[in-house]
Amino acid sequence: MKIHEYQGKEIFRKYGVPTPSGIPAFSVDEAVAAAEKLGGKVWVVKAQIHAGGRGKGGGVKVAKSVEEVRTLASSILGMQLKTHQTGPEGQKVRRLLIEEGADIEKELYVGMVVDRGSQRVVLMASSEGGTDIEEVAASTPQKIYKVTIDPVQGLTDADADEIAASIGIPGAALAQGRALFKALYKCFWETDASLVEINPLILTGRNEVVALDAKLNFDDNALFRHPDIVALRDLDEEDPLEVEASKYDLNYISLDGNIGCMVNGAGLAMATMDTIKLFGGSPANFLDVGGGATAEKVTAAFKIMLSNRKVKAILVNIFGGIMKCDTIAEGVVKAAREVKLSVPLVVRMKGTNEDLGKKILKESGLPIISADNMADAGKKVVAAIAEPKPKKARPKAGKEKK
Amino acid sequence: MSILIDRNTRVMTQGITGKTGQFHTQTSRAYANGRNCFVAGVNPKKAGEDFEGIPIFGSVKDAKVQTGATVSVIYVPPPFAAAAIDEAVDADLDLVICITEGIPVRDMIMTKYRMAGKRTLLVGPNCPGVITPDEIKIGIMPGHIHKKGPVGVVSRSGTLTYEAVGQLTELGLGQSSCVGIGGDPVNGLKHIDVLRMFNDDPKTEAVIMVGEIGGSDEETAARWVKENMRKPVVGFIAGVTAPPGKRMGHAGAIISGGKGTAQEKLAVMEECGIKTTRNPAEMGKTLKSVLK
Repeated sequence: MKIHEYQGKEIFRKYGVPTPSGIPAFSVDEAVAAAEKLGGKVWVVKAQIHAGGRGKGGGVKVAKSVEEVRTLASSILGMQLKTHQTGPEGQKVRRLLIEEGADIEKELYVGMVVDRGSQRVVLMASSEGGTDIEEVAASTPQKIYKVTIDPVQGLTDADADEIAASIGIPGAALAQGRALFKALYKCFWETDASLVEINPLILTGRNEVVALDAKLNFDDNALFRHPDIVALRDLDEEDPLEVEASKYDLNYISLDGNIGCMVNGAGLAMATMDTIKLFGGSPANFLDVGGGATAEKVTAAFKIMLSNRKVKAILVNIFGGIMKCDTIAEGVVKAAREVKLSVPLVVRMKGTNEDLGKKILKESGLPIISADNMADAGKKVVAAIAEPKPKKARPKAGKEKK
Repeated sequence: MSILIDRNTRVMTQGITGKTGQFHTQTSRAYANGRNCFVAGVNPKKAGEDFEGIPIFGSVKDAKVQTGATVSVIYVPPPFAAAAIDEAVDADLDLVICITEGIPVRDMIMTKYRMAGKRTLLVGPNCPGVITPDEIKIGIMPGHIHKKGPVGVVSRSGTLTYEAVGQLTELGLGQSSCVGIGGDPVNGLKHIDVLRMFNDDPKTEAVIMVGEIGGSDEETAARWVKENMRKPVVGFIAGVTAPPGKRMGHAGAIISGGKGTAQEKLAVMEECGIKTTRNPAEMGKTLKSVLK
């Protein structure tokens, strides 16, 4: 789960990670009131969307008067902010963060993730903050310092100091840097985060280390023990179809193509998408119906796939293990009738009660295209949406040989 | 021969009284030598009771002492599953197979920390389990699609493993053992560990390795194969079409920081002499092509 920057900074403050003073605003008037309350001479108006790259997209601006805060807030609130992470439509800005201006001497980077290799949390830091850290990692990997953290000891003073020194935090700010890194790790661990990133972490003219940004993602599997974090979820930032799917315990992700696919199991779902691509098509979604799909779940899955207007055909690929093919077939028939399916439907079924499932599909009288294996299914679904062939003169019904 | 488990393995089920645990204990027991293999259940609140004749014990230790079971399968709900693994490790079992999906990563980091220096092996979590065809099935895979034979199968996913197995069986190629290692970022055995076992198993003649996007376990395994493997290995990686930054179902299936793409994995595997296919319908065929 993702949260906004201002929410992340509130969590940071609880753990003692220094941040600039700031107030969230949901309207222009609130933005102005926030600036007045903060005082000072310089403010930063920051668009709050979950995607990164907000500055480059024009969602972060500096104001030198309260009037300017008003002007900037009115232009940023409600805009479709486009960044490299939002896709071409952009994301509508509904919330702002008004922050005091910062005296930036140096921009640094610090992040934490769970590392699969060591099976522990890894802290990464760099002197090259403020830029795209993935680029730094690719072009100058020696400028990224890493520490693997022992889960019982936590981040040690020695490791924290070494990191601070490696990324150019001067001696005068070393103690503060150490405290910040340790607080950040405590925050990561206690909130069950899956990613924490501060880019940039700044060094001010007065040798203070401050988190100018805050990106936090949380482990969905651990949300049951963090109701306070769940309360921060902003559904406006999520794909409405993904939100709808989660209500039915369906694992759905929107993609750019036009072939909807419904599969049981995440690995098989990815392999099905790959098959569609292999035969020249493009998947409209990833959809894993899971191990215990019922007719109700299948119907919901069909409705969700079809509410994507781009979908021109559907491919169902089921490997019935525990799940029986006849159960799925019944669900597919029911769903196709209920949604009055108007696009071609290709079904490939394999495994437990396969024959029974195929029989149900055949006897339904629905124009379902049956496929023998994944490749056959991929070819057939791609052919189904290809340019319609010119109609050939059909032989007269009476003369047709059976 | 086989790896990890065979007809003589004795198994306890942690979480035997839940709906999932009951169902899969029934199907596993009905498979091959299952009736003799599944000898105990564990539930601290139901010690002394039984599930369809399988005695239930209050702890893993009790179950081990009373029945001689040395392997455990876990169906405990996610908030308590890591503690169930810890209990099995503390009881010094040979092998723990954790089927449970959705365990918090932090819990698994602690569990792996506690496992350091212990001899207990872990398969999973979030996996279909392990099967040695015609001998024993521990987990949720459909037994009937398997067939005894010379091919080892190791995979990060569930139904995609069944797909590979189904293709092999259709081609008349049986399996020595099939191991689902699970789709979580912090887990037990990795591809490399299972490949090592297949390498040492005289009955395994070739291995099919099924991976997916995220992490670099497949690359690590491929490099090991190049240096050490004496048997042909073929591979498939799911997720060529997966966009970066989107989690594809499994907690571990995500391309992040430009790392863990299917293309990268396939390239390394090819470099290391592993024959790969881009067509998941041809996993079986690809394996057949490398068999003598």
